[in-house]
Parts: sequence; C-alpha cells; structure tokens
Amino acid sequence: METAWLLPDLADETAAGFWAACAEGRLVVQTCGDCGARRMPPRPMCPHCRSTAVVWEESSGRGRIWSFIVAHPPLLPAFAAEAPYNAVIVELEEDPAIRLVGNLVATADGAIGEVDPATITIGEPVEVVFHRIDDVSLPRWTRRAD
Amino acid sequence: MSTGIKNRTAVVGIGQTELGKGLPESELTLACRAISLALDDAGIAASEVDGLASYTLEPFREVEVARSVGLGDITFFSQVGYGGGAGCGVVGQAAMAVATGQCTTAVAWRARKRSSAASRPWAQAAARLTDSHQWTRPFGVIRPVDEIAMLTRRYLHEYGATRDHLANVALAFRAHAARNPLATMGHKPMTRDDYMAARWISEPLCLFDNCLETDGALAVVITSAERARDLRHPPAYVHAFAQGLPAQHQTMTNFFTDDPLRGPAWTAARRMWGLSDVTPADVKVAQLYDAFSPLILLSLEGYGFCERGEGGPFTDDGGIEWPNGRLPVNTSGGGMSEAYVHGFNLVLEGVRQIRGTSTAQVEGADVSLVTSGEGVPTSAIVFVKEA
Repeated sequence: METAWLLPDLADETAAGFWAACAEGRLVVQTCGDCGARRMPPRPMCPHCRSTAVVWEESSGRGRIWSFIVAHPPLLPAFAAEAPYNAVIVELEEDPAIRLVGNLVATADGAIGEVDPATITIGEPVEVVFHRIDDVSLPRWTRRAD
Repeated sequence: MSTGIKNRTAVVGIGQTELGKGLPESELTLACRAISLALDDAGIAASEVDGLASYTLEPFREVEVARSVGLGDITFFSQVGYGGGAGCGVVGQAAMAVATGQCTTAVAWRARKRSSAASRPWAQAAARLTDSHQWTRPFGVIRPVDEIAMLTRRYLHEYGATRDHLANVALAFRAHAARNPLATMGHKPMTRDDYMAARWISEPLCLFDNCLETDGALAVVITSAERARDLRHPPAYVHAFAQGLPAQHQTMTNFFTDDPLRGPAWTAARRMWGLSDVTPADVKVAQLYDAFSPLILLSLEGYGFCERGEGGPFTDDGGIEWPNGRLPVNTSGGGMSEAYVHGFNLVLEGVRQIRGTSTAQVEGADVSLVTSGEGVPTSAIVFVKEA
C-alpha cells in the first residue's frame, strides 16, 4: 500500500531543507536569511526583500486546526484503502499566517482515518508528530491539551 | 470617448458540438467542428480568420486546427493557462488583439474529453512530487474537490453559511438545465432531499456540489464592432474584460495567504469594473464558474453582488433562479447541470442572453456577466447589447 503513496521528491532544491528536517523529527519553516520573514510553502526568493538567502527556522510544532475535510472515494487505490480519512490545515502557534496541510491522527503511525471525523473542530489545538513512508517523514498532527 | 478595448469588439458567432459522455471523436475533431459551426453562425469565411486564442490544456496545437478548418494567415495566437480560469481569458485576449489591430477576426475555443474516469489528472498523479502538490497530496488532498472542500469548510465556519446554501446553487442550476434540451442533466430533476441524501465526496462537499465531466467542444468568433453590426446576429459587445492572479496566490491550494477566501475573483473584478461603464447593479444575468457549488458564493462576493460572507443568503428565496431571482445565474445549467467544458459553455450562454436566445432568457438582458474559474488565476467578461 505505502509504495503507491504520493510523496515529495526529496531532491527538489527549494523544499529539500523542509523534508530533511522532517527526517530528523524536526518541523521547520523557511525563513528569509536577510529580513527574517517566514514563508510557506518554500520558494526560491523572499517576496518581501527578494533575498535568496534561506534559514530553516525550527517551529514550535504546535498549532490549531484552520480547516479540515473528510475524503471519500473515488480516490487513488492507496488512499481509497484508508477512506474515509481526514486532512487538516494547521496554522502554527508562533505565526498563524504559516499554515501546513496534514492529517489528524491518534498516534504518529496510526491510520489517517482513525480519528472520528465528527469530533474534529476548527480551532482545536494540535502538535506535530512524524510518520515514515518509504524514505519520507511526513508531518502529522495529534491532539494536545490546550 | 471609448477607452481601451471597451465596446470595440463583439462575439458574432457561437458553435458547439454535442455535449455528453464517451463521444467517439478526438478533441481535435471536436474543436474543428465547433469552430466551423461558430463561423457558419457568424457568416464569416474560415479564410478570414487571422487570430486564435485557446487554453494551454488543449491536447493539440493551434496549427492543427488552422490547417484543418482552412483558416487564413494567422497574425495573433495566444494561449491562457490554469484550466477553468482561462475561459474569459481566451475570449478577452482575442478581443484585445482585434481591438489593437493585431488581427481582424479571431476564434477562441475549448475542446475537452473528460467523461472517462481514467482521463482525470489526479488519477494519473506521479508518485514523486516536485511542484506545489508536495504540500497537499501526501496528506490525501488529491482531487480538486478536496482542495475546494478545505476552503469551503473554512468559509462555512467563518460566515455561518450552510449546506442549504450550497443546495440552493445545485437546485437552481438543475432547474435551469431542465429548460435546456442540450443540457446533459436536463432530464434528471433534483430535490433538496436528493441533495441532502447524496453521497459524500469530500466533506463538506457531496456529489451534487461537483460539476459534471463532459466531452465536447465550443467556440466563439470575435471581430470588430464595425464589422459586427453588418453580420446576422445581434453582437454581444465585449464591454470590459480582466484577468486576475492575486498577489501570493497559489492555484487551487490557496491555503497559505493572509486571506485565503479572498480569491482571484476580487482581483479580476476590481480591474474589470474599473474599466467598465456599468456596475454589478446593472448586470441582469450572470454565468458564474461552477466547478463546485461554493465557488458561486465566493464569486457573488468577489464580483460585487453582495458583501463578504453574504453569498449564502444571496441564494435564499430563489435569489439566483430564473426568472424572478435578483440575479439569475447559470441559466443554461452551468458546469453542474448543462456540461463541464472548463467553463466555455458559460461564455456561449452569456452571448445567448445578449442575443435573446437562451432557453431561460432574462427579459431585457442588456448586461451579461461571464466569469471563469474561481480558486485559480481567472478572468471575466461583461458583454453588453448596445455599444
């Protein structure tokens, strides 16, 4: 099942720093090496000052659910096997303008459909965990006490 | 004094193939047939065409069309990207080219075959992602419906809109389709109970919040206002046109800006109304891009028919229904109930309203708005009856 998962190309030069940190169990945000502005998704140039200098700033790994969906078939076979499953957008505690897409899970390696969708709410606090698929560590989210 | 391209060009011919599932012909053949029909409708010879505008997603090159249909020497050809965002863009770019003398008569079209499930791009996704999909697809946000469902959930949360508002959209368009013998869903009435009982696709969106997938081709002919007055149909003058790609916009997965619910409609609308002598209050009928029902609510707000967050209530009490709604929307059935050909059928319906030939004709339709994909870099046109 997992070999058919959709995964990033770890050699992509713009995003490699993000995925490399995930492999070490760290969530990072691309930050301008000159003006310090954060940006997500990563891109080659800072839209504020046009610097190409990049720092990968460590995130708190804490955030809140900004929105979520519950996906049902028709889906690609690997994903259909998990359906219905949730996907969430999380805004980070240190900068709510920085958002990441992920899944809400009960445990890092749990199924993406294991949380009862009826219990998911916008605004609920979450923290990052990592789940390995092939050579990629994907950031996921578990519930935390506020 | 006319400024820019205002009222200097018109759509003078429209043509479409049958719209349906499993059409045997290729997109190229369908495009040639639609263009040929549009030229006959206009009464213009193929050899007079010297301008072309089409979607980047066409599966063949313009040269194949030009050689097959017998078009003349072409001095303007352009393509517009972003799928459903391109519809008014190709018409508007053709109008700009005619108005500025880069060509005299242009055709714009869309040919698409998507009725087979295996033909859908998300079903052919590559395993390793290098583009923006790497931030969404590894988490199961794979299909366009998943991407728009994310924005929809947030929209419902922020503004208190409900599934009943989304149902208003689906039901209005289905009712309009029932009047249109060419609408692929014209013979399938839908009730609110049908809508509420439909299976989920990506919560909070159900099956009937999604557009159709259709095979077919549609085309228009654009020429100068002077020439248009001598042709056989009432011209649909291109009054104002704009494209819209907002600062920091991310196509389809626009989750990362300060205000993700303020989409490309706002950018296109600001330019278009700024170039226009008419206002949203003057618009008698609108064809709003409807790949998904929530895009109607976002577009009603973005194009200035109501305030932010009021798109849902705007649809209450038949607000977007023909004939008595405050703004009849998608009078041929739109992408959700007529056909989904990347929004190009909306362009033709906008022209028919100006001609007075819609199957859900709005009385006195002298100002007719057409918009293209919301959620992607987009475009919009105001057609008028009197230049």
